[in-house]
Amino acid sequence: MRRVYLDNNATTPIAPEVLEAMLPFYRDNFGNPSSIHAFGREVKVAIDEAREQVAALLGAAAEEIVFTSSGTEADNLAIKGTAHALRGKGQHIITCKIEHPAVLNTCKHLEKEGFKVTCLPVDEYGMIRLEELAGAITDETILITIMHGNNEIGTIQPIEEISRIARERCIRFHTDAVQSLGKVPIIVQELGIDLLSLSAHKLHGPKGIGALYVKKGLKLQPILHGGHQERGQRAGTENVAGIVALGRACQLAAQHMADEAKNLSGLRDGLFEGLQERIPRVKLNGHPTKRLPTTLNCSFYGIEGESLLMNLDLAGVAVSTGSACSSGSIEPSHVLVALGLPPQLYQGSLRFSFSRYNTQDDIDYILDILPPIVERLRKMSPFWKE
Amino acid sequence: MTNKLGPYSDKVMDHFMNPRNMGEMEDPDGLGEVGNPVCGDVMRLYLRIKDGIILDAKFKTFGCGAAIATSSMVTEMLKGKTIEEAKKITNQAVAEALDGLPPVKMHCSVLAEEGLEAAISDYERKKGQIS
Ligand SMILES: Cc1ncc(COP(=O)(O)O)c(C=O)c1O
Ligand code: FES
Repeated sequence: MRRVYLDNNATTPIAPEVLEAMLPFYRDNFGNPSSIHAFGREVKVAIDEAREQVAALLGAAAEEIVFTSSGTEADNLAIKGTAHALRGKGQHIITCKIEHPAVLNTCKHLEKEGFKVTCLPVDEYGMIRLEELAGAITDETILITIMHGNNEIGTIQPIEEISRIARERCIRFHTDAVQSLGKVPIIVQELGIDLLSLSAHKLHGPKGIGALYVKKGLKLQPILHGGHQERGQRAGTENVAGIVALGRACQLAAQHMADEAKNLSGLRDGLFEGLQERIPRVKLNGHPTKRLPTTLNCSFYGIEGESLLMNLDLAGVAVSTGSACSSGSIEPSHVLVALGLPPQLYQGSLRFSFSRYNTQDDIDYILDILPPIVERLRKMSPFWKE
Repeated sequence: MTNKLGPYSDKVMDHFMNPRNMGEMEDPDGLGEVGNPVCGDVMRLYLRIKDGIILDAKFKTFGCGAAIATSSMVTEMLKGKTIEEAKKITNQAVAEALDGLPPVKMHCSVLAEEGLEAAISDYERKKGQIS
């Protein structure tokens, strides 16, 4: 059976170049980078190089990169690390409703510790409103954490404007760029970002390795205590193979990003146009233009996403849905609900997410098999009238 | 490699891919439409009833795989039953007839039980008005 993987926002396949780069560190180069002998030094060199590669993609300095175990840990370190370091200055944090759970639940946890959290709403495209952000700031505000590109709908927030507002009020600005890095250009200095989270497995690297960009001079309270690794900001013997892989993945992204972005947005828009031609009442979720080139989220009025997903799975196609009970939770997607969609739409959403390994053939296959599935499921729906 | 689709039993998958009694009914004797408050999903159940016996049942469902499979199964279970027998059908019984549902999906089967209750009380209300 033909298999088509269009769930790259969940995770991406490892690039062969990345796998090749990391394997020696599971075989021959096993040293501990903290050791002074040759075994250690070889590995230390590899980590330093990877740090340069990650920094280069962001336009940052190598010493501004802290390797972590995941995007989730990077978000935790940025948010808890700031909250605990700046507690004396204030106890207010601003975020928004469509953040990844790694941010939302970290903020919720801080609320239990006595911090106050403002969770900004978004408009129908998933954009925060800058006036609302400015209006939410108080003398107590120590951190603004607003994601770069959203994982479900791909909407890209006005990062430069947000950082300007933060800077004017001397507030730290963190952005979760896990989905955006390597997909759209992000130069931290130009955008005025203080802290930025990233994760290798969304970038054709392995799972379980991420990093936090920490602007020079910013103090964070570590969340892991132990050795002096990562300049004391993240204790624990380094995941050397993972770090090397992340470095190589960033280097590849830097090389291919411009071409890839053009290709992927072509595939993405071609799929949506094709669906619209073949299927009535398909609605785009997310911003029509300010959106990751990797992400197409749309709703098929009157049918439920899990039914669509299972039918596609039977035909070899992997996508995801924001409908309830699709991923072990019984709540529908908090992102689609935040857009103000009614159940007939948020329950009927599919997310197609692309990577450099997708082709026009994949799109043609979906356009072949999906219309009859939608037609069949709509016949079952009490909301659908011919 | 797993060939089993998601969390569902073969029987659920069968009723999901080949639902029985799917469709509408003209002038049903009992009509129930219920929604699931957790997810917003909706089931509509049509009953043809004569002399206190359910002769036919049809459904339309906007819902996940579990909701569609339980809708299909409940229509099968209803046919030939008396009203009194039908009232005793629970969502657990429907789920069991499907060889079980994953725990997070049990709330989906409630649609079938509530749809059934709504359709029968609609029938009883209509009957009460006539006689
Ligand atoms: C926006 C966003 N932030 C954070 C994460 C978490 O990253 P990780 O899987 O590396 O913990 C993800 C991935 O699921 C994501 O999409
Ligand atoms: S998720 Fe709504 S009925 Fe199953």
